[in-house]
Amino acid sequence: MDSFRNSSAWPPSRRRTGTPVARAATAVLLLVSVALTGCSATGGKRAEEARDAAVSGGAGVDTPRWKIAMVSHSGEGDTFWDIVQSGAKQAAAKDNIDFHYSHDKEAGRQAQLVKAAVDNKVDGLIVSLAKPEAMKGALRKAEKAGIPVVTINSGQDQSKEYGALAHIGQDEKIAGEAVGRELNERGRKKAVCLLHEQGNVGHEERCRGVRETFDGEVRDLHADGTNMPAVESSLEAELQSDRDIDTVVTLGAPFAPTAVKAAEGAGSKAETVTFDLNDQAARGLKDGSIGFAVDQQPYLQGYEAVDLLWAERYNANMLGGGKPVLTGPQILTKKDASTLQKYTKRGTR
Amino acid sequence: MTAASTPTPPGATEGTTPEAPEETATGGGVRTAGTAGTAGTDERLVHRSLLQRMLGRPELGAVVGAIAVFVVFSVVADSFLRASSLSTVLYASSTLGIMAVPVALLMIGGEFDLSTGVMVTSSSLVSSMFSYQMTANVWVGVGVSLLVTLGIGLFNGYMLVRTGLPSFIITLGTFLMLTGLNLGLTKLISGTVSTKTISDMEGFASAKALFASELTIGPADIQVTVVWWLVLVALATWLLLRTKAGNWIFAVGGGQHTARAVGVPVARTKIGLYLGVALGAWISGQHLLFNYDVVQSGEGVGNELIYIAAAVIGGCLLTGGYGSAVGAAVGAFIFGMTSKGIVYAQWEPDWFKFFLGAMLLVAVLLNAYIRKRAEANR
Repeated sequence: MDSFRNSSAWPPSRRRTGTPVARAATAVLLLVSVALTGCSATGGKRAEEARDAAVSGGAGVDTPRWKIAMVSHSGEGDTFWDIVQSGAKQAAAKDNIDFHYSHDKEAGRQAQLVKAAVDNKVDGLIVSLAKPEAMKGALRKAEKAGIPVVTINSGQDQSKEYGALAHIGQDEKIAGEAVGRELNERGRKKAVCLLHEQGNVGHEERCRGVRETFDGEVRDLHADGTNMPAVESSLEAELQSDRDIDTVVTLGAPFAPTAVKAAEGAGSKAETVTFDLNDQAARGLKDGSIGFAVDQQPYLQGYEAVDLLWAERYNANMLGGGKPVLTGPQILTKKDASTLQKYTKRGTR
Repeated sequence: MTAASTPTPPGATEGTTPEAPEETATGGGVRTAGTAGTAGTDERLVHRSLLQRMLGRPELGAVVGAIAVFVVFSVVADSFLRASSLSTVLYASSTLGIMAVPVALLMIGGEFDLSTGVMVTSSSLVSSMFSYQMTANVWVGVGVSLLVTLGIGLFNGYMLVRTGLPSFIITLGTFLMLTGLNLGLTKLISGTVSTKTISDMEGFASAKALFASELTIGPADIQVTVVWWLVLVALATWLLLRTKAGNWIFAVGGGQHTARAVGVPVARTKIGLYLGVALGAWISGQHLLFNYDVVQSGEGVGNELIYIAAAVIGGCLLTGGYGSAVGAAVGAFIFGMTSKGIVYAQWEPDWFKFFLGAMLLVAVLLNAYIRKRAEANR
């Protein structure tokens, strides 16, 4: 270590010309000139801006500026919740709503965030109930403060009991059953259900739903979703060890391309089908590497939740008649792919 | 230097200020808590001004930081200063602080624990599942959970003193094993990944009163965890500053060979520290269980680093031998303020971790700077 601190050895080479400042300036100049000349004619930021310009609009109502908070159980950097948010933001822009989003994957901390939103005296609250029991107290607090609550995405069985006005989401078991039926139609015999998040009750429901309606055999495979290479290698091992597997069911769109890769690596004939959607999955649908996707339309979950709270505040309206408002399952296949791609690129599907 | 080698129960203080362990070669900044000074003439008799004494405290940097954070959020967030908001902030801080205090003690003792986050979850899982499966009064589950959690702490401490491996490695192993056990055993026993509800069982109400009730004080609802937290801080501070055990903790953190040479029971001290961490994990775990009734088996991962960060912000050194319980509590309070303040201020939550990381670095630099100044002024 000390040899580096010794002044005669630093800088290590004296052969380069010019002072460090001059060298840095040259480097910056070079970079800028490369950046200016090396433009891409396709894709990138410019294409995105052109797309955005085509869809943006201003607020469409003249109600006062109400404040609505959404608190989800998402982890950091979750694509699914990003889409929910963009739906919510679009509705907020249209309804003149001041929209705030916060999230924590730990139940206790999510409950604290709900309390914080109540302390903030919001006019409406949107909460996802992945861990419903933990939210009970916080939602009671919201009720006491007279804040209308809409639950989204998960917790439809508890939504009403905890005093929420409506629930917007997909019944995971029904979605799983839809997958099972679709697999029967395609004449499949043996499927693997890839659970990428141990501890997620909704995911277990999905696999249970598949098992319910699918005539063939379904096997569960657990993998750590935060570690993509590990997911790929476990799946590859599974497909190598059982040649009869003809379908891999992934429970999240980011895992579908990985499953496709794993099947290739294992030399398996298994086709991948997936829950949820993203840009890569839409591309997979288009090129046929992914059989079908079951979408729960996260954009709608965010959009409708904000819109409903606005309508409740403005006109005392509510949807659902005390039953959950379902945003899925919607089965998407190759024929929908090109339409979808436009929207997945935009981050709204 | 005569360090008593016969163990006396804590509390049996000799009525004098604690003796300073010798300066060691580790450079861990070994000093007695509170009073300070290099060995030489009897430094305990030198009169030092209040300001000088203040500057010598490990938690000073954290206190300054806490005031700064508090002022920032008071200015940028209108709702931050409401009683209800402050009680939410205090609650968030207490859930961290209950763990940050024993973790700080452990770090003063020169050791590390990476299994704390999942240990909290383990503790609540054991409690819930034992009560449910045995159809026992939930207090039985609470008791069993205490034994099991202390058992995990004992395992950590015993492995450490027997093998001589770094605590980082041992507790990393425990962390991974517990993560797997939490998921695997819960699935095996309950059939799902979360526990079954126990709120309709006998003893739940009284246990909830102890671990997860709300006390209404004036306009604010104070969660009982805040009381637990403050009691733990007081207890840990008294232990560090007023008992022989506290001296032992500073001594083993400063340099265990020296400590052993002057008769400090090193093994017993370290095992005791791990048991203290387990006790904190048990309290946190029971709170989670009785506050939310159902426990998710996959939670707790990653929190161990937050506890360590809170202790470090509070002035603990990674090398051991320096730090304070009050500092760790203030560190937890900074975390609580930031995590909820960002919500009150309505900033993008994506930035939260960035702020925490920046704050950690600033706090540590500030601590180091103040420590240098304090030592120079002596």
